[in-house]
Amino acid sequence: MATIELDHISKRYEGREVLSDLSLTIEHGECFTLLGPSGCGKTVLMRLIAGFDVPEQGTIRIGDTVVVDAEKRIALSPDTRDLGVVFQEYAVWPHMTVFDNVAYPLKLAKTPQAKLEKRVLETIALVNMTGLERRLPSELSGGQQQRVALARALVANPSLMLLDEPLSNLDANLREEMRFEIKEMQRKLDITVLYVTHDQEIALALSDRIAVMDKKGRILQVGTPFDIFEKPASLAVFTFMGVANFMAVRQENGEFYVGTGTQPVPWEKPQGTAKNWVAGFRPSDVVISRKEQGLRGVVKRANFLGAMMDYLVEVDGTEFRTGVETHLAVEAGLMFAEGEQCSLQFASLHWFDAAEMVEEA
Amino acid sequence: MSYVRLINVTKRFGMVKAVDSLNLNIERGECFSLLGPSGCGKTTTLRMVAGFEDLDEGEIHVGDRLLSSKAKNFYLPPEKRHFGMVFQAFAVWPHLSVYENVAFPLRIQRMGKAELEQRTKDALLSTNLWGVADGSPEDLSGGGKQRVALARALAINPDVMLLDEPLSSLDPHLREEMRFEIKDLQKKYGFAIIYVTHDQSEAMALSDRIMVMKSGVVQQIDSPLNIYSSPANKFVFNFIGLSNFLDVSALGNGQYTVEGSNTSLPTSLVPPREKAAPKLSLASRPSEIDFTTEGGILGTVRRKSFLGEVIDYQVDVGGQTVRVQKGRREAGPNVGEACGLHLLRPHWYGIEE
Amino acid sequence: MASAIKKNEGFGAAQLILALSIGILVVVVAVPVLLIFLNAFWADGKFNVQDVLRVLSEPDTYQALMNSLIIAVGTTIGSTVVGTFFAWLVTRTDLPYKRFMKGMFLVPFMLPSFIGALAWKMLLSPRAGYINRFFMDTFGFEEPLFNIYSFTGIILVEIMYLFPFVFIQVCGALERMDPTLEESARISGAGLFTITRKITIPLVMPSILSGALLIMLYSMAHFGTVAVLGIENGIFNIPTLIYERIHQSAGSFASIRTGTVLASVLVFSAALILWLQNKILGKGRYQIIAGKSFRPMELKLRGLRYPLLAFCLAYIGFTIVLPTVVIFLVGGLTTYGLPFTAEHLSLNNYKFILFDYQVTRDAIVNSVTLGLAAALITMSAGVMISYVIVKMRVRGKGILEFLGMLPFSVPGSVIALGVILAWSGKLGINLYNTVWIILVAYIARYMAFSIKANSAALEQVHDSLVEAARACGASMGQALRDIVLPLVRPGMFAAFFLIFLPALRELTVSIMLYSPTTRTIGVAIYTLNEDGETVMSAALAGIALILIVSGQLFINRLTRKKAGR
Repeated sequence: MATIELDHISKRYEGREVLSDLSLTIEHGECFTLLGPSGCGKTVLMRLIAGFDVPEQGTIRIGDTVVVDAEKRIALSPDTRDLGVVFQEYAVWPHMTVFDNVAYPLKLAKTPQAKLEKRVLETIALVNMTGLERRLPSELSGGQQQRVALARALVANPSLMLLDEPLSNLDANLREEMRFEIKEMQRKLDITVLYVTHDQEIALALSDRIAVMDKKGRILQVGTPFDIFEKPASLAVFTFMGVANFMAVRQENGEFYVGTGTQPVPWEKPQGTAKNWVAGFRPSDVVISRKEQGLRGVVKRANFLGAMMDYLVEVDGTEFRTGVETHLAVEAGLMFAEGEQCSLQFASLHWFDAAEMVEEA
Repeated sequence: MSYVRLINVTKRFGMVKAVDSLNLNIERGECFSLLGPSGCGKTTTLRMVAGFEDLDEGEIHVGDRLLSSKAKNFYLPPEKRHFGMVFQAFAVWPHLSVYENVAFPLRIQRMGKAELEQRTKDALLSTNLWGVADGSPEDLSGGGKQRVALARALAINPDVMLLDEPLSSLDPHLREEMRFEIKDLQKKYGFAIIYVTHDQSEAMALSDRIMVMKSGVVQQIDSPLNIYSSPANKFVFNFIGLSNFLDVSALGNGQYTVEGSNTSLPTSLVPPREKAAPKLSLASRPSEIDFTTEGGILGTVRRKSFLGEVIDYQVDVGGQTVRVQKGRREAGPNVGEACGLHLLRPHWYGIEE
Repeated sequence: MASAIKKNEGFGAAQLILALSIGILVVVVAVPVLLIFLNAFWADGKFNVQDVLRVLSEPDTYQALMNSLIIAVGTTIGSTVVGTFFAWLVTRTDLPYKRFMKGMFLVPFMLPSFIGALAWKMLLSPRAGYINRFFMDTFGFEEPLFNIYSFTGIILVEIMYLFPFVFIQVCGALERMDPTLEESARISGAGLFTITRKITIPLVMPSILSGALLIMLYSMAHFGTVAVLGIENGIFNIPTLIYERIHQSAGSFASIRTGTVLASVLVFSAALILWLQNKILGKGRYQIIAGKSFRPMELKLRGLRYPLLAFCLAYIGFTIVLPTVVIFLVGGLTTYGLPFTAEHLSLNNYKFILFDYQVTRDAIVNSVTLGLAAALITMSAGVMISYVIVKMRVRGKGILEFLGMLPFSVPGSVIALGVILAWSGKLGINLYNTVWIILVAYIARYMAFSIKANSAALEQVHDSLVEAARACGASMGQALRDIVLPLVRPGMFAAFFLIFLPALRELTVSIMLYSPTTRTIGVAIYTLNEDGETVMSAALAGIALILIVSGQLFINRLTRKKAGR
């Protein structure tokens, strides 16, 4: 069992508090992602769990073992924590062959030769590297090196895998392929995976649950990918999870108007008394058309991006962008020219207090 | 007559033909992109126009000036060609101030003081650099440095601007912003742009016309929309967007079946007569496929990923994979379920292309 | 599952290693330097600047200071011009056989300059020099063609052997420079000459200056050339005067005072030069490294192509081939001064100094054992110290970094003097007149090389490589043994030879510390020459050259094999 419990963790680096009083539980067998911008402390958190760093405060349990208790000055060294780690920069040992890299954890555990060989070859097969056992890392591509690192982390059957941006040095196609492989491996082996990344698409595709962190090392929201994307807890989460468009809305005498004009907001109204609001929405939440329905606006800029037509639209002094798939635009006569009138309808809006928006910036 | 003319231009590096018998006409004030993967000869073409490479065959003209000609053994050095050029790695001079960087080409021309100051100021103002003119370019961000390079290229008021992947060292957000700036500058100054890039969306957004190249050979020259809607061949189709290719073979009755399986294509899905062949490649875009209950290509959903805006499906069709992307609000089948695929805009290409 | 609970590990061990490292550097480097300052500025129980000024204003001392400055300035200017010109020639023009020529211009790095000076003395000493005699005998010149015993002579010889410092720096900068920096000037309308003047040279100026300052530093503190060519004519610089004083007076108080004051001046000027160099590099380090690479533009030399090639070849012939040949020929003569004809030439001298002559045989054995021992010790200590500097996060390692870099600003003669002060019994241990004192001095002198080479190697070993091993279940010790050590081995190897080869030809330090039985090769060549045993001196120099060149070729092969793998 590898449930990870982090309890009131604080960590300082070079005089700066990177994590403060952070608590989090990761269940056994789940693929859990720490998602956040660079410098948000997600890697630090992973390093604390791995044992490469020690927190100033708090306790960490892995399964039934207390691996860190700052108060009691307990800190198990990484080699005793029974985990597999994969790093962003692969960290395969350049002076060892693929086989030797993967065999190293078993050698340290003094595994009998026959058993060791069998297990190493098995694991190398698992990451689709069979036939390359005698190669040196310098003779492998980036993707292959990362597979070696993965095999090395898996070979000793750890109950917990820590992956620190393992795909960010790979090209887009490979990244996608490896993403599926990691997911399938996690299911097959029934291990706990803690995945650290700044890429929201990988996080959404891969995770059972995601913790979104902000620059100050705080956890903003923990939830399933669907929840995080569709029910963001805050403006910061909404902005971080994908292309975010905003429309300024003002409240006058209980009625809500878009921008500086007189068109009322025809949908669900925000709850609250603030005067200035911001409506956030995804490009796919807005439908642009020539029908006389919804908000009236003007196309300020039309931009052909291949698969998408990208429009910058102005509605009464507030500007935002929206897109239409090119084939739809061509078929439905939605190829707007700059300066043309258009109408806009919205599928869903997320309301944020304009003051929060200023704070974010 | 077109303004920039490349006639039968060939360039070899050793045994390799980097550019093979290229003919190209670019109009005054046009924005023309050379698009292709790395090593396709686009940069070599640009460098031949600039004068950094000589030709092994052919001629290059601009207006009524001859720039290079193999037959006449004529070669005008780059410093006499009067182009503006911007490089990928900025290439601003760190030992000179922003102002002196921009003034450099004018000083070389020994331009009078008043005019030099006016022209430099103009270029700095139109690139929003006037405020940092006395600073060192080293203190600017990547975007700032690239603006210095643009201003320097603008200063001599060139008719033709050569841009060699000018945005690929910038981060994505800035890239888009600079794209608009370049477009605006072109409107203001009216120069023609020859733009080298490997990024199809950049080329689409910026260009009046695009030339797609592969291994030194032209694949297609057309407007962005035409390139997108009617790619000339499989390579172009694949290069300009996410693509699916299904290998199909003819059944003999005018119908086709997915290669290596007994999954037939729906009767309505047949190639235009002139393209018919025993084996073909059926191309489609993941965003241009609908799920249907009847009359589609039959497959099984193998993977389904929630990516936020879109849901990404990988559908197994007779052992081959077709990718489908649907908006997050559209319902779709689950992993393991059978489904029918309706291709909204199928394209047919020869198998070996 | 492991459940052993231990305390936050590695705490005591880290402090211990740090303390040990600091201890080594303090004893070997800091104490000698401090003793020099103490002797210079601390007289009669109080801090005394007046006395220092009095020493400096003595005519001999003052003259030596000026001479050091004149020679250093002349050498620096000359080497910078020569080095920059050749660097430009092999990187930015279509000179034929550029790669070969580039290799040749680096050869002077291998040749000890005092052996070069010896050769030039044989060629151009006013009365006995072969070239001078040839002109006087053949063309009836009244006066010698050129007197090498002069400032001009000394400066020219130093330029010949020091210009590679600038050459290598400038070559590196020109090769790595982004070609589009020059291309964008070209498209702006500038011709190649304008580009060179306005773009290329200013951009590599930091490299030029940094190489120039290195030469300045080296030349100020340089012993060999001035000792061979200057003393004869009464030209002393700081190191030669220190040597003269210490040597003649056998350690009298006054001479030690003079020595320590002069040494302090050297240390201060060296520190100043290094500070300047840091400043230049810090301020002027432009980002000029290429992103995507095209070959840089080449200036077509056209008609000048072959004349310039001939000039380069002549330069190489004149500065490398000619002196080397003279050394070997003179080494074969029965008596110095005889013409180089078959009847006068034999291998007898070589046989004699290798097998029969106690002095030279001792010298060779001494140099080889000292070199090996110094290299081994310095390398091992260097690995440990660099590990602390690069990899460990412990408080107090700043001191270590400072101490480790200190020897860079401490010239050889200063180290020698400091070692004499520290190890002649004043602190309870007397190593004077033994081979150990030379060893201690070598260790102090070469420690910085070792730290530099090992730090570079360790920086290549990314932390995650060790962390990956820890996560695999390796203890810290196992990770060091299985991962770190194998990966830094090439760096340790490099450090070993970086020390062994220079130690083999060392003169500046050994000359101050030798006793009749502890001569090194350098000392033996020098003293034999002083004693008028010119042919023996030349023969030993020839053997030293063979040792050095074969050692260098061995390293080159080794490193090439590593790189090629």
